[in-house]
Amino acid sequence: MRYRMQDTGYGMRDTGCRMTAQVKMHESRSAGMSILVWNGIGIRFFPTFVSDPRIEKICVTKQVLEYLNDLSLQGQLVIMESDPDNIINEVTQSDYKYGFVTEIETEYAPIGLSEDTVRYISLKKNEPEFMLEYRLKAFRHWLTMKVPEWAHLDIPPIDFQDIYFYAAPKKKKQYESLDQVDPELLATFDKLGISLEEQKKLAGVAVDAVIDSVSVKTTFSETLSKYGIIFCSMSEAIQNHPDLVKQYLGSVVPYTDNYYASLNSAVFSDGSFCYIPKGVRCPVELSTYFRINAANTGQFERTLIVADEGAYVSYMEGCTAPQRDENQLHAAVVEIVAMKDASVKYSTVQNWYPGDKSGKGGIYNFVTKRGICKGSNSKISWTQVETGSAITWKYPSCILLGDNSVGEFYSVAVTNNHQQADTGTKMLHLGKNTKSTIISKGISAGKSNNSYRGLVRISRNAANSRNYSQCDSLLLGSACGAHTWPYIQVENKSSIVEHEATTSKISEDQLFYCQQRGMDAESAIGLIVNGYAKEVLKQLPMEFAVEAQKLLSISLEGSVG
Amino acid sequence: MLLSIKNLHASINGKEILKGIDLDVNQGEVHAIMGPNGTGKSTLASVIAGREVFDVTSGEVIYKGRNLLKLAVEERAREGIFLGFQYPVEIPGVSITNFMRTAVNEVRKFKGLDPLGGGAFLKLMEEKKKLVELTSNLANRSVNEGFSGGEKKKNEIFQMAMLEPTLAILDETDSGLDIDALRVVANGVNKLRTKDNAFMVITHYQRLLDYIIPDFVHVLFEGKIVKSGSKELALELEEKGYDWIRKEQRDNGIAG
Ligand SMILES: Nc1ncnc2c1ncn2[C@@H]1O[C@H](COP(=O)(O)OP(=O)(O)OP(=O)(O)O)[C@@H](O)[C@H]1O
Ligand SMILES: [Mg+2]
Repeated sequence: MRYRMQDTGYGMRDTGCRMTAQVKMHESRSAGMSILVWNGIGIRFFPTFVSDPRIEKICVTKQVLEYLNDLSLQGQLVIMESDPDNIINEVTQSDYKYGFVTEIETEYAPIGLSEDTVRYISLKKNEPEFMLEYRLKAFRHWLTMKVPEWAHLDIPPIDFQDIYFYAAPKKKKQYESLDQVDPELLATFDKLGISLEEQKKLAGVAVDAVIDSVSVKTTFSETLSKYGIIFCSMSEAIQNHPDLVKQYLGSVVPYTDNYYASLNSAVFSDGSFCYIPKGVRCPVELSTYFRINAANTGQFERTLIVADEGAYVSYMEGCTAPQRDENQLHAAVVEIVAMKDASVKYSTVQNWYPGDKSGKGGIYNFVTKRGICKGSNSKISWTQVETGSAITWKYPSCILLGDNSVGEFYSVAVTNNHQQADTGTKMLHLGKNTKSTIISKGISAGKSNNSYRGLVRISRNAANSRNYSQCDSLLLGSACGAHTWPYIQVENKSSIVEHEATTSKISEDQLFYCQQRGMDAESAIGLIVNGYAKEVLKQLPMEFAVEAQKLLSISLEGSVG
Repeated sequence: MLLSIKNLHASINGKEILKGIDLDVNQGEVHAIMGPNGTGKSTLASVIAGREVFDVTSGEVIYKGRNLLKLAVEERAREGIFLGFQYPVEIPGVSITNFMRTAVNEVRKFKGLDPLGGGAFLKLMEEKKKLVELTSNLANRSVNEGFSGGEKKKNEIFQMAMLEPTLAILDETDSGLDIDALRVVANGVNKLRTKDNAFMVITHYQRLLDYIIPDFVHVLFEGKIVKSGSKELALELEEKGYDWIRKEQRDNGIAG
């Protein structure tokens, strides 16, 4: 079963819950709990994952509706009939599909950045003193820093005084009849082909008509709380679990780390927090969907995942943003802590708006992601599928401190048109017998630039450590660029580092072969590219893998001919 | 008439390979195309399939009453033209199942049919695998990757069975096959033969034609069809080689 959020112009539409043959084979698979981060504000909800194949509708929990009501986002969750086997169809639809903007009254912080902005954010969020101090320290440090320029990227200067650093939906009353609903909202419903009856439901006029499935919700809450798992938005965590936040926030990515991490530490609005207690194997996939909606806003989320001794969690993250002509900044920080024998699997499908074909607009995705394998035998695994953003600058990294700890990085980065990506990883081997694996697949098309940048450092004490790196680049066309910048530092003699790199093109033979079987050039390329990226895609949780495969094909549309 | 080729000339990088091909194929017929190495058999197959590296410099190809040369490669395929490759291509990481599902559904979409769902597709695949006696584990592997020569050829026949073409061109599908595989491939073709479809079988060996009985045998020589006949022509070639054809051509040349 697969679940995903799609913006219809009115918030999130669920196109998930597809009862396909594939799904049925995996009936027993439970899905997870999710946090939606809307313009940086966290909403917790439980995408329903009904494992009964007879139920063809996705159900929304009462709690979700309450959350949405609170934020006047109610009714913006569209419930769709399942639409099995429509994947091919969707792949052939071109253009960015998440480019809608939702017209919601929004409350902004005063534009620009100053100490006052930082205080405003902290105050709005009703934060305890220690958070404000943390933010201010970060802000003051940030003022002393310079924009990094070492990446193989061409980044236009960013005017931080022209960005809103905080935008939250205003709370609004619930509607009593359709007349009270914003006509623009209804017009868009029409455009989307939604019946009047349904419009009522969607606009929140008759919320109770939406199938509710409290039982699903309680199953998840009960499951999670039974195990002592904490999964909530960062704001909630700061309110309800300040000690944990205090202990771990900034412990992996300090506020002095780099320009964008410092900025994030000062102004982050929300994000998600996850704590898995000792010995607990989180029974469901946890996920967060990030969405930038408001114009001229920067998005700064903060994610913190702590897996205590022997714990396991698989965490997924997905991102979309509306289509706008101006660039928008996204500077997130993700920190992962894995204690002894703990294991964290972090999967990302990044599909921020990449800008149009001429390179106008798009998200600047400057993200710091780092995990520490603190205890022995711990493991952190990053899997990322990067298809979006105008510029991507990110290096999910592992600090392998505990003996026998394991770090993994699986990446597919696709760039098309004028996109630029400088992405890779850092594997810092500090403990003995530590192991790391890096599989990076870069795919460049159009006039894009795609760089892999990776550091493997094996320190003097990290005896008998191993790294295996494989960096492949695939070029579509001759106007794009692919670069590989491996940095390898080995400070002891008992360790082994292997690095393989290849650059290839899709051969005319392969294309002709596929086309002779009836595929057009674009679906042929989609297929070949997905095959090329398979090693990475197979690391993704099933729900995400399907999504990722489609995204790869869609991202490369228009790259031939 | 299904396919009608008239005075077809094609070249690659300015070098003329096909020098005026004339050939008519009706539904229900099997045509064997023979001829020495390098005379343009595969080129003819590629040009019919629409491979762009070849330039058609003159002549016409009418398929189902339409100008075939105007159609893109995939349009020809969807219209029922299938090419069994002499050298099937490897596509790493793409399973045969996924490959065929994409192909079958593209063709179905073209025909205005709904795409086959997972279950229905797998069922169809099982059925066709049986038809061409394909061992099941092959289908889970990447397309042609690490396949033996014979496995690649069997896989081509399997794909043909899946796509049910109107005009199948099999380019040396028999080379590299052991005796059993040859029989399997030939049986596959015979089972797929109907009164509505047609086959062009490119081969060097009479052996295959013991199993797949052709209605016509053509000899392609230096870019032209220089001789056409019944299945006995293949026997004659088997026995005498191509020297007499060369000689005949020379004599004709002098005569003309
Ligand atoms: N891509 C190409 N570039 C240059 N020459 C080519 C190309 N493809 C074919 N040729 C030439 O065209 C001629 C005909 O080749 P073709 O493959 O059609 O022969 P064939 O009859 O199929 O031979 P065989 O029996 O060996 O398969 C040969 O001289 C070959 O070298
Ligand atoms: Mg040949």
